[in-house]
Amino acid sequence: MSAVTTLAGMGDRAVLAADPLLRGDIDLGIVGIVVLKVVVAFALLLVSVMLMIWFERKLVADMHNRIGPAVAGPFGILQTLADGIKLFFKEDLIPDRSDRAVFKLAPYLSLVPAFLVFAIVPIGGDFSGDGTVTWFGERTYLQVADPPVGVLFFLALSSIAVYGVMLAGWSSGSKYPLLGSVRASAQMISYEAALGLAIATVFLTSGSLSTHDIVATQVEGNWNVLATGVVPFLVFLVAGTAELNRPPFDLVEAEQELVGGFHTEYSSLRFALFFLAEFMNVITMSAIAVTLFLGGPSGPILTDTLGWVWPILWFSVKVFAFLFGFVWLRATLPRFRYDQLMDLGWKVLIPLSLGWFLLIAAMRVADAEGWPVAPVVVVGLAGMTLGAVLLSGAVAKARAERLADLDATEGVDA
Amino acid sequence: MTALAALEGMDRLTSGEALVAQNVAFAIMAITMVVAALRMVTTRNVVHAALYLVVVLAGVAGQFLLLGAEFVGVTQVMVYIGAIVVLFLFGIMLTKGSFGEDDGVSSEKRLMAGLVGLLVFGVMAAALVDSFEDAEVAREAPSTTAEVSDSIFSTYIVPFEAVSVLLLAALIGAIVVARKD
Repeated sequence: MSAVTTLAGMGDRAVLAADPLLRGDIDLGIVGIVVLKVVVAFALLLVSVMLMIWFERKLVADMHNRIGPAVAGPFGILQTLADGIKLFFKEDLIPDRSDRAVFKLAPYLSLVPAFLVFAIVPIGGDFSGDGTVTWFGERTYLQVADPPVGVLFFLALSSIAVYGVMLAGWSSGSKYPLLGSVRASAQMISYEAALGLAIATVFLTSGSLSTHDIVATQVEGNWNVLATGVVPFLVFLVAGTAELNRPPFDLVEAEQELVGGFHTEYSSLRFALFFLAEFMNVITMSAIAVTLFLGGPSGPILTDTLGWVWPILWFSVKVFAFLFGFVWLRATLPRFRYDQLMDLGWKVLIPLSLGWFLLIAAMRVADAEGWPVAPVVVVGLAGMTLGAVLLSGAVAKARAERLADLDATEGVDA
Repeated sequence: MTALAALEGMDRLTSGEALVAQNVAFAIMAITMVVAALRMVTTRNVVHAALYLVVVLAGVAGQFLLLGAEFVGVTQVMVYIGAIVVLFLFGIMLTKGSFGEDDGVSSEKRLMAGLVGLLVFGVMAAALVDSFEDAEVAREAPSTTAEVSDSIFSTYIVPFEAVSVLLLAALIGAIVVARKD
């Protein structure tokens, strides 16, 4: 504990957290509160994943005009629990030609980052004040940790999560999982760039990396979704959906082409871990989107008694809207083709989010220097349009030349 | 042994201030890194070697965190673990069909490799000893992201821009080499 206090004493922005709880001396009570927060976040995430899986199956069934799970418990709400118990008791198969150590390691590399991301999400706290709640006489944030690098931590973890998918496919010693994992990792890496650039725009408007500060700048309806001009939000949604490998970007597990994707050879509890990680990522991605763009838990506090419930309620409502949207997408849209997916990521989303990032940066400079905003926006948009025309011209020309070459050498009719 | 020596060094640096937890964490990470680095060059499985490299790089990120340079630490994870080693793995997966022990891995050039390793170690050790010697490095407060960016975009703007132009040139060069048309 001595290290913790020394670091916390070094400045307002110490390594561990900016949480007022961790400033000054740390006694057993504070450790207890931290442990309590961790346990609550863990349990909350697990229970919401269980409900999410049930909700998705039920909602997709409704949209397909089916009944969906209906037997286990009222409205089939215990279906996930039953499935979990079933998977738990199934035989644990490890393929003969697999790389055993890596095969066993891979599910955890998927699951652990999914859990950890939730630690930086503020799920409550009165943001009309300083965003704290008072528990047992101690002021604290309603999030497990508030590292000053905040959202970069999320990006770092999502780049670690690629390993789970990649190694699971490779270590299975079988061709369909390998193909699935190559697809998956290529897709996740491609869209991570667009995701990062969309998030960078939020850093510009909020002026901080910490999730708590990002939420604190979005009080009273001044949400980043409008402050950044909607485009980064849309890019984040598309890139986030691709990052989650969810429809319409679920080429990773295209059943018709790859049997089951990277986890074809997994069974029993190890498969359950992948399944859990996937749905947990859906929830954490929604929570991150709400934190970055929709003001997180900030919202009006309508009653004096039990005032701390309202922010949690607003947060849950916003996250739920995203979850509904993800399920809706799955029930509505057909799957992308692989080249379309890559084209969308590299030729549309990355240039668009990069251009928008520069535009917002120019507006910030104009603001600081006292220039009029309108000409800056006009010039910026004109520059973006010119860039888009040049880029699409270059892409079209390269494509025409490639097709002509192909036609000349192999006689393919372009 | 290196870890222990470094431990003593750290105690001296902090001039009596007890930073037991940091030192223990440093020792654990340093030992893990050394073991992983050794396994990386001795294992005959290329994918395992890449994974040991991940352990070493994660250890570096952990050391940065211990020193309070958390922006550098997180960037280390994003760039090296999240991008560079993933590219290594891509290359291995797309080019190599078989699993397990790789017969193509040879250790013929181990003498040369060892010499190069020694040379690099010597140069770095000499540079470090030469520039610091007995100087006591003040243990500073954790550097925030804002401080890092302020110094990059003011004091070190010229080297920073030079490096970025260099990277851009390398990027364009890679595309030119890889594309047929």
